[in-house]
Amino acid sequence: MRYKAVSLLATAAIASLALSSCASGGGEEAPLDPDADLTKQSLVVSIWADYSPADLAETFEAETGIPVTIVNHATNEDIMGKLTAGGDSGIDVAFVSGQYAQALNEAGLISSLDKALIPNESNLYEEATQLAYDPGNNYSMPYAWGTTGLCYRSDLVAAEPTSWNDLLTPAPDVTGKTTMLATERWMALPALKQLGMSVNTTNPDDLAAVKEQLLETKPTLLAFDDTTFYTKLVSGEASLTQAWDGWCNYGIAEDPNIKFVVPSEGSDLWTDTMTVLKTSKNKEAAMAFINYILEADVQSWVAENILYKVPNEAAMAAVDPAILEAYPNLQMTPAELLKQEVIVDVGEFSPEFTKLATEVMAAG
Amino acid sequence: MATQSPTPGVVPRGARRGWAALPFLTPGTLVLALFVAVPLLLVTSYAFFERGRFGGVVYTFTLDNFVRLADPLYLNVIATSIGTALIVTVLAVALGYPTALVIVRLPPKWRTIALIAVLLPFWTNFLIRTYAWILLLNNAGWINQGLQAVGIIDEPLKMLYTQPAVIIGLLYMYLPLMVLPLYSSLSSQDAQLTEAATNLGSNPFRVFRTITLPLSVPGLLTGCVFVFVPAMSNFVIPELLGGGKTVLIGNLIRDQFLKARDWPFGAALALVLTILLIALIFAQQSASRRVIEGPRERKVKRDA
Repeated sequence: MRYKAVSLLATAAIASLALSSCASGGGEEAPLDPDADLTKQSLVVSIWADYSPADLAETFEAETGIPVTIVNHATNEDIMGKLTAGGDSGIDVAFVSGQYAQALNEAGLISSLDKALIPNESNLYEEATQLAYDPGNNYSMPYAWGTTGLCYRSDLVAAEPTSWNDLLTPAPDVTGKTTMLATERWMALPALKQLGMSVNTTNPDDLAAVKEQLLETKPTLLAFDDTTFYTKLVSGEASLTQAWDGWCNYGIAEDPNIKFVVPSEGSDLWTDTMTVLKTSKNKEAAMAFINYILEADVQSWVAENILYKVPNEAAMAAVDPAILEAYPNLQMTPAELLKQEVIVDVGEFSPEFTKLATEVMAAG
Repeated sequence: MATQSPTPGVVPRGARRGWAALPFLTPGTLVLALFVAVPLLLVTSYAFFERGRFGGVVYTFTLDNFVRLADPLYLNVIATSIGTALIVTVLAVALGYPTALVIVRLPPKWRTIALIAVLLPFWTNFLIRTYAWILLLNNAGWINQGLQAVGIIDEPLKMLYTQPAVIIGLLYMYLPLMVLPLYSSLSSQDAQLTEAATNLGSNPFRVFRTITLPLSVPGLLTGCVFVFVPAMSNFVIPELLGGGKTVLIGNLIRDQFLKARDWPFGAALALVLTILLIALIFAQQSASRRVIEGPRERKVKRDA
């Protein structure tokens, strides 16, 4: 769920990738060798920028002897472009959100995980092994998870928001001071939940109703914003924003008046996961990498420094209580998260969501 | 010997000259083929196939992508893009022409400094420059703070995340591309022409209207194309300064490739954009040729 403004610059790169020829990959997978000499393997790991410890490569190599190169992608779409362009992307481990892992698996591009080589999976919450996009974590291992809600300046709103309706039909004091997410699935989410529909709907009538609502909402918005909404809250330009929980924490870090709430109609549960590419020639090392990430102290670093919840029970137990105190949404329990709807890939229906977003954004 | 050419030797000599030039032509031809022809052909061909489930293309022929273009939604986006780019171009002429004229009239030392000043923004990453506009224009930004401090306004003006903000951003970004061709066209004019006109009693306005302006038309048209083309396809500024509330064709194409994973439709949109812009460049070239030749030469040519 992490986006960078620089992603815009990546377009040129993607466009050129789009032009590269489409070779066919795949073939039968060789079984993993538990006794493989890992020091003879090396890894290329692609992850969102600033989403892992800066010294991850060094600490991992010190512990396992496996040299690893970390490369960054800006968005899910960015890494999907690389992985689906055909041939060997040169990437061994890719971090993608759950619904994208699901799509990659259906496309036959990622390997099943060898659980014998990932004993640290036992650190995960039970709930994190049964998520709808990949029950049993057969081909994806959760790294961080969270939900979408309202991030607001408690000192600038007359009434604390509790419902998606507070965003969709804003009160006069916040009109013109609200933002919504621009990525299609999340742009549709508030209206879908408000209307009692599923975030994973594949019914065109549902989207038609969402469109009607969003066209009413659009004139009341300050902007559609995926990346800088929390700075707008800090500056006071915006007072109520639709936000991913982890991003709201960046605002809270700068202004304690900023608060986060999951609206009463419910929301989504998104997960960022680790996957191993079928084209990887270093699968044993890749499993060792995933196992290393699931260590309690590695993932508690993520919760403490990136301010995202991690689905790792041992890691969450190790998080500094002062940080949990400062960022209340880190305290959400797995049970509370599981009350939200797990976002999954909608396959052939996904262009309809894109079209909806285009229609709403292009409307006069 | 009826088949022999009346000027024997011309063809072989020409051919030999062609071969001799080969080492010099090869790099340029390769660059053009690799970076222009191949990508263009690929994009063109993608537009006629079906989308892959996870991006990429499935090689089944279809014209569906072009049928979808006729959707009023997309036609509207194309029309908005043309409209926005036109406004930006007109404003760039209005601002750029006087600027270029002033620079040409400066003493040589100051001229260099002025030209560097025009180019200076290009030395900074354009994302950073766009963020600077966000700082200036937002409700709690410097312009609003300044106006409120001196008491001109009570409530902050809503400037950021509007259509005018997009136009300001595009204008700022591409204004140098208007000034530079105009400068080069104005500075290469023969000063004796204006001198002669003045000596023969023309007032400065007439000199400008009958000599300076017509002679600068090719530079003006080049500048217009330089501004119009990128302004039409930019997708960063509508997103950052327009707050995502304005969609231009560049955003649409980017979204097809990066978000919708619908490469063929993105390719079809890109193809339409390319054709529009090529047509524009041809129009520009024939217009400036017409202006350079003038009505008299055209008549001479026609009669010949």
